[in-house]
Amino acid sequence: MYQEESKAQKYKLIIQPHLNAAYNLARWLMRNDRDAEDVVQEACLRAYKFLDGFRGGDGRVWLLAIVRNTGYTWLQQNRANELNTVSFDDELHSPELTPASPDVALQRQIDEQMLREALEELPTEFREVIVLRELEGFSYKEIADLANIPLGTVMSRIARARTRLQQYFITAARRGED
Amino acid sequence: MTCDERQKFLHAYIDGELDLSKSIEIEQHLNSCDTCFQTYKQHRTLHTSLKQSALYYEAPRELQRRITASVKATDRSRSLSSRIRDFSPRFLTLAASFAVVALVAWNFGRLTRPPQSDAVSQQVLESHMRSLLVNHLTDVPSSDQHTVKPWFNGKTNFSPVVRDLSAQGFPLIGGRLDYVNDLRVAALVYQRHQHVINLFTWASPDEAERQANSMTGKGYNLFAWNKAGMSYYAVSDLNSTELQEFVQLIQN
Repeated sequence: MYQEESKAQKYKLIIQPHLNAAYNLARWLMRNDRDAEDVVQEACLRAYKFLDGFRGGDGRVWLLAIVRNTGYTWLQQNRANELNTVSFDDELHSPELTPASPDVALQRQIDEQMLREALEELPTEFREVIVLRELEGFSYKEIADLANIPLGTVMSRIARARTRLQQYFITAARRGED
Repeated sequence: MTCDERQKFLHAYIDGELDLSKSIEIEQHLNSCDTCFQTYKQHRTLHTSLKQSALYYEAPRELQRRITASVKATDRSRSLSSRIRDFSPRFLTLAASFAVVALVAWNFGRLTRPPQSDAVSQQVLESHMRSLLVNHLTDVPSSDQHTVKPWFNGKTNFSPVVRDLSAQGFPLIGGRLDYVNDLRVAALVYQRHQHVINLFTWASPDEAERQANSMTGKGYNLFAWNKAGMSYYAVSDLNSTELQEFVQLIQN
């Protein structure tokens, strides 16, 4: 009885406060409400099952790692074409310089709708680092732990992802001018 | 260091991930190289726009509620298995082999019992699990048999026998209307420690008297019998011995 109670307390302390973060990541990984809800629910049940294995540290990183795994497994099984789309070149090469483009007014606030579209267009591996860094505010180290990738990979993925977003805005702006 | 190489650190610089000396180096370069400074400004704008955006998806309230409910449901249905898990791995192997035996027995039972009653057992089992999952255990939460019994008046075409077994360690916690085999049935809910027992009962005047026989499925124990023109199914994650004790108390 005592154990049951302390487990319920652990749930309140470790899992429940991070349900928004869990959903935000799942929603950006899955790109629709229904799949995101399924993934979060499954991930939370798994997390709850493994609560005894949680050895302290940041509950948010721990839970989001489980959400990420659950989401990737789901994508692998149902939409495998969305994974591993990042080529070797993309991963290793440092991003080329984005030419300064005075015609595109990027210095000002970027339109939110366009931001959303651009982010949705990114390959999964790039999209997730942006979501974790910009929307969730994780450090490079936390992202590396969470996604189980080297720190250098986090750094290059973020650089690469931002460059891709910039390119998207430039292309969109040019389309708008035509 | 070329501009290309510095570019690599530009993002770490924006994110405040560089050590002091590296930061100063990048800063000095940005002061002297206009191309890099323009790129920096663009990325900086993107970074700020994303951070200030409303692109964050918050978990729907309904989802949060559902997760909390299903976590509680696993607690209830797993209280026996979690106790088993705390033992040594060797015990787990043993438990696994018991599970295989139980599974074989369950499948064997499926083959040998008439298909009708098997389908009913299955439905009863599912009703039991559903009652725990959706947090809809009772329509009439009461430990008083004189409150629970009359509640079924007009809702079912029979009057269920409701016994008070709290003295024997099986307190009544309420009753609920449920459906099994397209019939309206009474579900009486009892408790043994942390385990919930659902006792499903309905009128079956055409069925022959039948001794209680036990089954297992999906980690639950189930006893079924017919008596005096009524069908009874008792389901729980309670161990078979204690559930049998409950069945005998109900029958007497």
